[in-house]
Amino acid sequence: MRALTWQGKHDVRVETVPDPRIVNRRDAIIRITSTAICGSDLHLYDNTIPGMKSGDVLGHEFMGEVVEVGPANKKLKVGQRVVVPFVIACGSCFFCQKQQFAACDNSNPADKSDPSEFAYGYPMAAAFGYSHLTGGYAGGQAEYVRVPYSDVGPIVIPEGIDDDKVLFLSDILPTGWMAALNCDIEPGDVVAVWGCGPVGLFAIQSALLLGAHRVIAIDHHPGRLLLAKSLGAEVLDFEEVKIREALAEMTGGIGPDACIDAVGMESHGMAADNIFDHVKVATFLATDRVHALRQVILATRKGGRISIPGVYGGIADKFPIGALMEKGLQIKSGQTHVQKFMPALLDMILDGKLDTTFLISHRLDLEDAAEGYRNFKEKQNEYTKVVLKPRYTRH
Amino acid sequence: MAKRQSPEIHSDVPPTAVKDPNPAAAGLAINDDDPGDLLGRTVTINAPRQALYEFWRDFRNLPLFMDNIESVQVYDDLRSHWKVKGPAESTVEWDSLVTEDVPGEVIAWASTGDTEVPNSGRIEFRDTSNQRGTQVTVNIVYDPPAGKVGKAIAKLFGREPHIQARRDLRRFKQLMETGEIPSSEPPDAAPRAE
Repeated sequence: MRALTWQGKHDVRVETVPDPRIVNRRDAIIRITSTAICGSDLHLYDNTIPGMKSGDVLGHEFMGEVVEVGPANKKLKVGQRVVVPFVIACGSCFFCQKQQFAACDNSNPADKSDPSEFAYGYPMAAAFGYSHLTGGYAGGQAEYVRVPYSDVGPIVIPEGIDDDKVLFLSDILPTGWMAALNCDIEPGDVVAVWGCGPVGLFAIQSALLLGAHRVIAIDHHPGRLLLAKSLGAEVLDFEEVKIREALAEMTGGIGPDACIDAVGMESHGMAADNIFDHVKVATFLATDRVHALRQVILATRKGGRISIPGVYGGIADKFPIGALMEKGLQIKSGQTHVQKFMPALLDMILDGKLDTTFLISHRLDLEDAAEGYRNFKEKQNEYTKVVLKPRYTRH
Repeated sequence: MAKRQSPEIHSDVPPTAVKDPNPAAAGLAINDDDPGDLLGRTVTINAPRQALYEFWRDFRNLPLFMDNIESVQVYDDLRSHWKVKGPAESTVEWDSLVTEDVPGEVIAWASTGDTEVPNSGRIEFRDTSNQRGTQVTVNIVYDPPAGKVGKAIAKLFGREPHIQARRDLRRFKQLMETGEIPSSEPPDAAPRAE
């Protein structure tokens, strides 16, 4: 089959690789109909996530048609259309039973679990196409994908619903939703969102659906800020605005009740602390640049809440722990428990309460995926979301 | 350094969690002169205690989740023969004797006779009082062989024996909780470009 493979920093290529097969009894094979490039794929593209190997198949946002089902999967049937969560979860362990699917204790193979146990204290769950730290599973930017524990993750999509409407159930929609839920929004709350990429935009949508009084969005791409505005957010361009002053003034000196860091480790901006981070990362003295997160911590009101859906992988320097403690802030974070939120979000899409198709700026042939990566990275103003479609000409 | 803490303070501590583990504290020892190295780990498995005990007690199942074990031949209720992968395609073998067996709770075993790697082990299955399934603790004591040959043989337990043990225990948990052992082994389980 054809698949997008990682070859090194800023080097991804569509290659011919072997087809996946049913290996375990709960597996399924999905024929991909749509797959997207995620902002977190750019972390791999930039080579800032450890544990990548040349030749790895990328992609963790995908959907398609079930073409083969293992004998122990009593739920899926050949021919069904499914969206697959990026988190691989067994459904049986302590964590899955608590619906903390992104903490699944079993999905990461034993021979891949040691580095995350060493780095984070406990081994992490597996994800599709996202380095050997999280399992080394092949991703879905391909014609076919093997889905382990396929009786737990994939959600069946009714006939007649376009891929574009439901594809983002795989990651960014539930991620934006959980980011807003993690704000514990109360009536009257002002929520500020750093980053108007896909997750930030869905977090804005979700915060408003969950009852936020106002949402203030921060970015520097005019195109993305306009999308945020169209969703109902007030917007701030950090290249022209003193963000902390603006947020304090707009909230009458109180500050936002809850803040969402939808930026993560790729924080932009030329403030002194960010330049310091650049030097530290470049010299391997630190791994994560946390400029946006520092601003979030200082901007949040006393006794407020912080939600971090943005991806971090390592260690941060100059973390304002004093502001966090003295102001009595609460932080919630984590990879998304996708399986927990999919059914309700699918219902909201089918009921017309949620439309995510506005996000898609480009639809490309899978064969052109490398170009999609390059443009998603370099032309963030125009490229808000790239959806790839396999061509299947070689079958 | 003199011990500053009273035995009472240490009574809550798992034997493998002290800085200088003593096999005797885990109820295991190769011999009195040479206590050997102790390694161990506890996992919580979301499955009934009796089922876990029974699966482990049939030693023929061990190669399903223990990477280095090629085969276990069961002679009778207490005696078995273990064949383990060694370095450079070699195998190391020993006879093993069940030294303690409390159905549903404990299995302990020890190698017998002359073997290159004397070893013994003990697995305990305990119900959790907070309804989290069964806590399974495995402790293993082995006598690392000395010299050049010894070093090569030590590798058969994995370069780091405790890494091998924790992977094996993880696979046991995966198999018992989900009915299968996850794999991302290319090409079938995870296709990749060569």
